[in-house]
Amino acid sequence: MKVSAWEAFWLIVRREMRLSFRRPEQLLQPLVFFLIVTTLFPLGLSLQLSLLRDIAPGVLWVSALLSALLSLDFLFKSDADDGTLEQLALSGHGLTVIVAAKTLAHWLVTGVALVLVSPIVGTALGIPLGAFATMLVSLALGTLTLSWLGAIGAGLTIGLRRGNVLLSLIVLPLATPLLIFGAAATERAISGTSPAGALYFLAALCVFTCTLAPFAAAAALRITLE
Amino acid sequence: MSNALCIEKVHVWRGDRHVLQGVSTQIARGELLHVSGPNGTGKTTLLRVASGLLRPEQGSVTWLGHSIVERRADYQAALAYAAHEPALKGDLTALENLRFSVGLKRRPKPQELRGALERTGVAACADLPARVLSAGQRRRVSLARVIAMQASLWLLDEPYANLDAAGSELVSGLLQDHVAAGGLALVVAHRELALACSVRRLELNS
Repeated sequence: MKVSAWEAFWLIVRREMRLSFRRPEQLLQPLVFFLIVTTLFPLGLSLQLSLLRDIAPGVLWVSALLSALLSLDFLFKSDADDGTLEQLALSGHGLTVIVAAKTLAHWLVTGVALVLVSPIVGTALGIPLGAFATMLVSLALGTLTLSWLGAIGAGLTIGLRRGNVLLSLIVLPLATPLLIFGAAATERAISGTSPAGALYFLAALCVFTCTLAPFAAAAALRITLE
Repeated sequence: MSNALCIEKVHVWRGDRHVLQGVSTQIARGELLHVSGPNGTGKTTLLRVASGLLRPEQGSVTWLGHSIVERRADYQAALAYAAHEPALKGDLTALENLRFSVGLKRRPKPQELRGALERTGVAACADLPARVLSAGQRRRVSLARVIAMQASLWLLDEPYANLDAAGSELVSGLLQDHVAAGGLALVVAHRELALACSVRRLELNS
């Protein structure tokens, strides 16, 4: 009775979700960071709504990237520290399956939570209600892509001390297209033009990373495991 | 096939340190290989090479005549690995830890997992989070995982660490039962093993 890769995938996703909910502070820290950073901008700048609206997409996306980066550090680190990563690596399922399951679970608890609180941030930054749908979709695509990119970076840096700084240096440059197209989509929705082009590009990036990043991250992990 | 696991002329460098210098050994069915030697002579490295976690620069490891790199999934399905650290998630209970890691290899029944915990004397800790357990109890839970995996090859790094006298006897008993049932074991241990089963010895020197 061998366990299929699919069963193993969902088992790992369930394990990761359960672990995340047992440590709510790990979940909440990036979210609170996101909320605080985005609300600091209206406080620090003048309270002109037009100015706030102009900078809102950029502020929203930069804060989302930084907050997602905070949570990437513990994607593989705790498993590597307590030795469970070795157990997973010897479980008879390829590292690709393990990496894909862990990354998806990571997005389900961090990315989705970020998307869910973004309307609060949107309201604080004066983003009109009509642009909320675009903001939510673009953030969902962006955070999922970022989780995949982050998995590669996290896989490469778990063996290192001070790896989290290097992780930012690896992931942030790769994330610039997300910032450009994500902010563009939100900006267009605010100004009333169609955001479809930017959204399609984000979706394409998301599909691209979903298909290739698990292999790259698995290769990175294999190197660090040795 | 008399020798199920063959390690042949394995060389491993760590930086510019030549840790394993052409180590060759084998384990047959119903046999235990006891790897001993002073600290820093590459005992754990050899175990990691045998598990496939570490690829040697030279030499090969074969399982039932096939390279473990080529038949990775089959080999991993046949082995249970217990590293020096117990590899338990502190936030999960002992039983959940077992359910997840054993569940990746086979579909265990809940009473089988409780049975394994009972066998290693930690049934009372089944529903406690692993972080509140003592080092010895965690070791016992990790041994329960090895039993519950029902694997034919056991790779154990210092299984006697952190255990009291009763615990040491338990480990010896488990190893004897496993080997008597036709299983194989590679055990890294400093101490002498007093086991009533076929033991091959490998002493590593720097």
